[in-house]
Amino acid sequence: MSALPSSVRMIFRALILALLAFAIFGPLLNLLLWAFAERWYFPNKLPLEFGLTYWYRVFQPRGNALASLGTSVWIAVLTVAFSLAVAIPAGYALARLKLPWRGAILLVFLLPQAVPNLPVYVNIAQVFYQIGLNGTILGVVLVHASHGLVLAVWIASAAFASVDTSLEEASRNLGASPWTCFRTVTLPLAMPGLIASAIFVFLESLDEFTGTYFVGVPDVTTLPLLMFNATMGGNYQISSITALLLLIPSIGFMLVVERFLKADVLAMVGR
Amino acid sequence: MTAPMGIFRGRGVALALIAPALAVVGLFFVAPLVMSGVVAFRGKGGEFTLEHFRKSFDYYTTDLLFTLAIVLLSTLLIGLVAIAIAGYLTLGGHPRTVAVLRWLYRWPLFIPFVVAGQLMRTFLAKNGMLNHVLIGSGLIEPLSAQSLLDWRGIVVAFVWKQAPFVTLLLAGAMAAVESQHIEAARNLGARRLRVLVDIVLPQVRGTLLVGLVLSFVTMLSVLSVPLMINPNSPTMVTVDVAYRISTHGDYPVANALCLLSLALAAIGAVFYLRHAAAQVEGK
Repeated sequence: MSALPSSVRMIFRALILALLAFAIFGPLLNLLLWAFAERWYFPNKLPLEFGLTYWYRVFQPRGNALASLGTSVWIAVLTVAFSLAVAIPAGYALARLKLPWRGAILLVFLLPQAVPNLPVYVNIAQVFYQIGLNGTILGVVLVHASHGLVLAVWIASAAFASVDTSLEEASRNLGASPWTCFRTVTLPLAMPGLIASAIFVFLESLDEFTGTYFVGVPDVTTLPLLMFNATMGGNYQISSITALLLLIPSIGFMLVVERFLKADVLAMVGR
Repeated sequence: MTAPMGIFRGRGVALALIAPALAVVGLFFVAPLVMSGVVAFRGKGGEFTLEHFRKSFDYYTTDLLFTLAIVLLSTLLIGLVAIAIAGYLTLGGHPRTVAVLRWLYRWPLFIPFVVAGQLMRTFLAKNGMLNHVLIGSGLIEPLSAQSLLDWRGIVVAFVWKQAPFVTLLLAGAMAAVESQHIEAARNLGARRLRVLVDIVLPQVRGTLLVGLVLSFVTMLSVLSVPLMINPNSPTMVTVDVAYRISTHGDYPVANALCLLSLALAAIGAVFYLRHAAAQVEGK
């Protein structure tokens, strides 16, 4: 490379960056066009007419999309609450306490990330169907939580491990009870990591497709399922608008992720 | 962890704290997984049978191979893209390019698979934006424009979605490599590519492996992307599983197919668990 004149190298760099930018933003731009297209058919390169008709249709008070958005957010909130309620104590125990069979327990918490989830969803759907949990919010929340929980446990454990123990000891020496010490010292210091894990679990639940596809049918339609149905039905405007709604939290989180998670904690995710 | 340092002490407390989480994973993940192994081998009368596997191979051998090929190819491409981007982020000599690249590469990071599938379904179609741009720039003739919504579309969607994740992990690990090693090699006249291959990559092999194995396993169980891009035969096993259940209510064969894709993932998972265990123990 160093043999080439610098102007050639600059053009080369710009070309590669431009190609990469097209590869990344091209599909997203295409989605934006579809979301605002009134009429668009072959062989026109661009929509024949732009407009908001489909947006009105999506956001009309009794539209499916708003109901699905509500369902999705409600499920995600419940999943976060449930996951964190069990993950925070577990993460604390993993980070700070002497656990028997620690290796085996860690292995169990690695499983849902290391094993394809399809067999799990298939059989949960069958069991839930027999006990009447199929097609219920609770059923979907349990499926989402069993998966989101694992991420939450890891991040919570990393967050607790990063809290300086001497601060806890100081508070204990000054006479704080274990619970007071946890509530006023450990928990606030671990909070950024815990918030990050809450966001991860929220997003994972919001975006989850396969589990909801098997367990949610026929009554629970989350936003991803609505988008899928619109796509398969050939209604690209509706599916593009729904996809945009799903993209907002995803991209928003991508832009701020490093404020919550330092690179070293982020690198722990998936280990 | 060498000694218990918690403000709460005692094994009983520790087990009590971790029990609810373990119970959830056990009930809603491990148990269904075990059930999969039972259902796949059980005949109508409850006897042991290999019938469901015979049926799986009769109908779906092509799809199993198709799945393996797609996922392997995607993993390979993801690895190459991640090494290239993370490598430039670490070693690149042009600060502005590095800054733009760092901002650029991670956009698809948290975009869900189902949205990636939808994006590619319109982008790669015969009258999609890719073909319009290729025709507009004179690279292909209008008549030779073709739809990429087959195995290629699945691979593109997978790489588009997963490469940023592996890149993120890899760039993080590369940033932790001793800069003295890199500088020493550069001072001795080594080119950037050599430094990347000989010095940096060997030190981040573990992270790369973890990222790739996670991607491999994830892609094996993605249903939405193949369903949206390429639902017709040959297709990925996940689509077949959904079809067996939704159309035939055939749980035994669906579970046999699941176990076969588990077997595909097992090789990767063994690598991953071994590495993860070593990481955890090493702390």
